[in-house]
Amino acid sequence: MPQGAVEIRNQKLETDLKALAADLVRRALLGGASAAECVVREGDEFSTVVRLGQVETLKESGSRAIGVRVFFGQRAASTYSSDFSREGLDRMLRAAIELARITSEDPYAGIPQPGQLGSISGDLDLYHDDVYSLPGDERIDYARRAEKAALDFDSRIKNSEGGSFDAATGRKVLANSHGFLGEYQRSYCAAAAVPIAQDERGNMQRDYWFSIARSLRRLEAAENIGKIAAQRTLRRLGAKKIKTAEVPVVFDPLVAVSIMDHIFEGINGDSIYRGASFLAGKLGQKVAGDNVTVIDDGTMRGGFGTSPFDAEGVPTRRTTVIERGVLKSYLLNTYTGKKLGLETTANASRGLAGNPGIGPGNYFLHRGSKPAKAIVSEIKEGLYVTEFLGQGANLVTGDYSRGASGMWISRGELAYPVEEITVAGNLKEMFFNIVEIGDDLEFRGAMACPTIRIDGLTVGGE
Amino acid sequence: MKNSQLFFEHYGLTQHDLERYLAAALSAGGDYADLYFEYLSSTSLMVDESMVKSASQGISAGCGIRVVSGERTGYAYTDDLSSQRVLQAARTAALIASGPAKEPIIGFQEKPARNLYPVSLPSVEAEITAKVELVMRADRAARAYDPRIKEVRASYADELRHILVVGSDNTYAEDSQPLARLNVSSIAKVDGNSARGSAGGGGRVALDFFFGEKTPEYFAREAARQAILQLDAREAPAGEMEVVLGPGWPGVLLHEAVGHGLEADFNRKKTSAFTGLVGRRVASEKCTVVDNGTMPWRRGSLNVDDEGQPTQNTVLIEKGVLKNYLSDKLSARLMGIADTGNGRRESYEHIPMPRMTNTYMLAGEDAPEDIIRSVKRGIYAVNFGGGQVDITNGKFVFSASEAYLIENGTITAPIKGATLIGNGPDVLTRVSMVGSDLKLDEGVGTCGKDGQAVPVGVGIPTIKIDRLTVGGTAKRDSGGFMQ
Repeated sequence: MPQGAVEIRNQKLETDLKALAADLVRRALLGGASAAECVVREGDEFSTVVRLGQVETLKESGSRAIGVRVFFGQRAASTYSSDFSREGLDRMLRAAIELARITSEDPYAGIPQPGQLGSISGDLDLYHDDVYSLPGDERIDYARRAEKAALDFDSRIKNSEGGSFDAATGRKVLANSHGFLGEYQRSYCAAAAVPIAQDERGNMQRDYWFSIARSLRRLEAAENIGKIAAQRTLRRLGAKKIKTAEVPVVFDPLVAVSIMDHIFEGINGDSIYRGASFLAGKLGQKVAGDNVTVIDDGTMRGGFGTSPFDAEGVPTRRTTVIERGVLKSYLLNTYTGKKLGLETTANASRGLAGNPGIGPGNYFLHRGSKPAKAIVSEIKEGLYVTEFLGQGANLVTGDYSRGASGMWISRGELAYPVEEITVAGNLKEMFFNIVEIGDDLEFRGAMACPTIRIDGLTVGGE
Repeated sequence: MKNSQLFFEHYGLTQHDLERYLAAALSAGGDYADLYFEYLSSTSLMVDESMVKSASQGISAGCGIRVVSGERTGYAYTDDLSSQRVLQAARTAALIASGPAKEPIIGFQEKPARNLYPVSLPSVEAEITAKVELVMRADRAARAYDPRIKEVRASYADELRHILVVGSDNTYAEDSQPLARLNVSSIAKVDGNSARGSAGGGGRVALDFFFGEKTPEYFAREAARQAILQLDAREAPAGEMEVVLGPGWPGVLLHEAVGHGLEADFNRKKTSAFTGLVGRRVASEKCTVVDNGTMPWRRGSLNVDDEGQPTQNTVLIEKGVLKNYLSDKLSARLMGIADTGNGRRESYEHIPMPRMTNTYMLAGEDAPEDIIRSVKRGIYAVNFGGGQVDITNGKFVFSASEAYLIENGTITAPIKGATLIGNGPDVLTRVSMVGSDLKLDEGVGTCGKDGQAVPVGVGIPTIKIDRLTVGGTAKRDSGGFMQ
């Protein structure tokens, strides 16, 4: 079992991807382009799922791909390929040059100025090859132990979608015709358990818990993951519907992140210049309560949203997005910055094709001082949301309506589980109605949010 | 390019290679192994502010190798189709089994092929200028619809996927799957009030599809109409009430409420709220629901699934009674049921699993007008965004993007988007009327499961659900209504 992983990585073709990217940029200019940019992605992945003690899937592989974006004056086009042969790369470059003929002159198109380019220095703690250090059978065992801890926790845990262990490493290379050439590597590993509990009437509930880390050393113990997954699942048993009401709503950190995501979508430069967000034009104005401070920081050591430079080669930075309720900065790439007469905030993101988009660094709501328990204990009747279903946020109007399940709060305690309900309001008001912010900020991805309480929402039920 | 030319000539693959790779995959035993070769080319274009701001093209190719042993699946893939790398991937996938090598596979059998999507020229190979014309026309038409339309974004994307699947059960299948899609989104603004609308369509069609009935203007006007309409939308009501779904895209209800819960993998593992319900009543007698992968030109259709099995028309619910699950090879074998040809995957990097194709409810006998007239107080929802389901407890949501109040049998004011939430195993038992106006969606659906996205279709006639929770904001005292 264990040999496969090692074999694949060691036999990977040792092409110098940086030299390859720089060469493609040079050849694009020789082909007549006035500017060019090349990205290369390379990655390996391992994943296993163990269900009811038996290995269910075992997956292991690596792949790479390359993309190029060319400019002819103010016209741009991009192409990508998974074929790294000389002919494959030639064809990709020719196609990009050809394609640029049909795009429009856009006065704001272009790559960053030479002075904007660079990379933050120092070890960002993004890559640990220990994510692959466990032999294959021990990776499977990690998944098995996580599931077993959940199954053993309570006799009502009767089934499972399994325990899992995943590991991945990836490398990104970026070169452009203003002389930028950079690369970085990142790693992660994750373990999860997804148990299913059944009550005496045969009704089932499922929930999960997981841990994710850039180094195996920081991954939570499998037993702990399984135990928390079991507790989260069991508390859903016997869930009922409730009457429609307007009550305080407490968002568990795992779902509170979605509120951060709505703010992110609302201050994303692409939504702003198109007026596709109700936050467009609100720079310097109050958009949330005094207690709300939102930060985007692409430089945090070991962060899931950390990188030395963004997808256009601009060094990452820390940006205060909202300070005590006042909108201080949008999040921008070079293009949206120019459109708005502002400078990029180094939030460019990109896949292999198309123009850069906008992505978060480590993006979070500044923590408050109150423990989550205290926030709940102050509520007489209310809803504690642990899961959302569906999308249901409209950034143009702020209208918000989502399916939810969670726990009913009665006299300051999580009293009983509830489900098949909706939570609705308008984001414009919701950002002002975040009346409590917990002290429990923890990153499980690039975005994070502590427990929050929002008032004035309509909880829809029977 | 024909598939056989592509894989056998361009990549120099031979039948002997296929046999050799399968032998390597089964070198440590196992019940089944297959190879999935994929070559995908794609184009996309986007117009924003009346400028073609983005144009891209790309190619990705690779091979995924699967070995199944009992309930265990080993999987590996490579984007390098050289013999050395494919054999290496086959040996990695083989690590799932631990026994003596299987007998070598000699020869393959191709099942009779049909072509649900014949195109003389795949759209990826069509002139790019014709595609530019589509997005520019969409932009102009949306802006011309109403002066309040201030922002328009139109995008076009197409792809051509060549696949070759061979299995140790002597399966041999190849297919060339075209897919094209045009989308328009618009924002209307007036006096500080804004609203959005979007529309789109396509299928496994050639470019001429968009020069026929479903023109860029058709989708552009629809996107603009929705945005203008939403400018005057009132708050949606909250609570349980009668809900009428319009025909077409609202079929996403079926996809979420019953479709996912009937995928065989969840039922094999007994993790679905529908587990053990075959033969039981799960809907009113008026409901017959099918998953049909054989509809010509449709976005969710396939000649063969991603395991090489021909697709079919599978009855899921017949007159209210649950009939069948949607299966792939693995679940069919382990459950002793027929393979319904629903084994699909996003790409060569992914393990196939049971997925829907085109899922819809057959037409009933009620006149759509009668259905509206029968409602005293409720909502009429005609357009939806996405949805989601928790297959274990059966709870599902889908989000209305265009809906109206029905008061005393008449459609009155438009209401803001609201999420509708219900319980899969019983929502269809509350369907009291089914219209005669079955319609399929326009061809924009994408379904996600376990991180894998695949194109799908949905459809439904006008139906009435006697009781469903609507997630609005309207208060009792503000002119809306609650029960």
